[in-house]
Amino acid sequence: MRSAEAVRLHTPRRRLGVRGWVYAGRYGLDRYLYVLQRVSGLGLVLYLFLHIYETGVRLRGEVAWTATMALFRHPVFVFLEFVVFAGFVYHALNGLRLIVAELGWLLGAPARPVYPYRSSLRRHRPWVYALMLLTGVLLALAAADIFALPG
Amino acid sequence: MRESRWWLISLGAAALMAVLLTVHMGLMHLTGLLRAAGVDLGDVRSFAAVTARGRSAAQLVFYLLFLAAALYHGLYGLRSVLLEVTPPRAQGLLAGLVLLAGLVAFAYGAYVTVRTFTG
Repeated sequence: MRSAEAVRLHTPRRRLGVRGWVYAGRYGLDRYLYVLQRVSGLGLVLYLFLHIYETGVRLRGEVAWTATMALFRHPVFVFLEFVVFAGFVYHALNGLRLIVAELGWLLGAPARPVYPYRSSLRRHRPWVYALMLLTGVLLALAAADIFALPG
Repeated sequence: MRESRWWLISLGAAALMAVLLTVHMGLMHLTGLLRAAGVDLGDVRSFAAVTARGRSAAQLVFYLLFLAAALYHGLYGLRSVLLEVTPPRAQGLLAGLVLLAGLVAFAYGAYVTVRTFTG
């Protein structure tokens, strides 16, 4: 019979709780992309509710609407607008990648597991890099528009 | 309905959102780039522009679809995250609260959209 200490050492920790959402362990990049997908999704849900409320201001007339829009031209809100845009771009592109992977596309053909193993995650990795590059390009364009070009 | 069907609807809503939200974000938040490309939409956030857009039937359909897809996809995701930290006994209550929040937000958003359309 194993000692209690040996059992403790060899038993996986079952309840990481919320820490488990951000602890990547050996999963690395894909796990962090997943965490970022969750964080951006939760942020966008929060923004959605605020946005629905904010669009309702128009029913209170032109003065109220114009005052609200003037508030959103404050640098803090301009920065938050960029954060929302960044969250949208990342969440949308990574989400489309996940849907495509979920449907079994872009994972490569099934093959015999011959050592050294090459998992579908690794075969899919070039698409992850392409996604990051595209996200970066779109965010650079958005930053140029939101911070530099007159709206 | 089985959970897999709700999930498939969420995927469908995500695909629809990828189109609708790209159009919305592009037209509302990237007007400087559009102007640089020769498409001048003017001040899209002015009261006159917002009410003029709101009176278009195409915009009415666009925003009602957008609202429904965004709320469904967003709240389905939120529910999935919260279920992971909710004890089994409280999961029904959680789903009910998320559904209620979605219905209230949709009712308000649809009211604003329809009121703007009818003037």
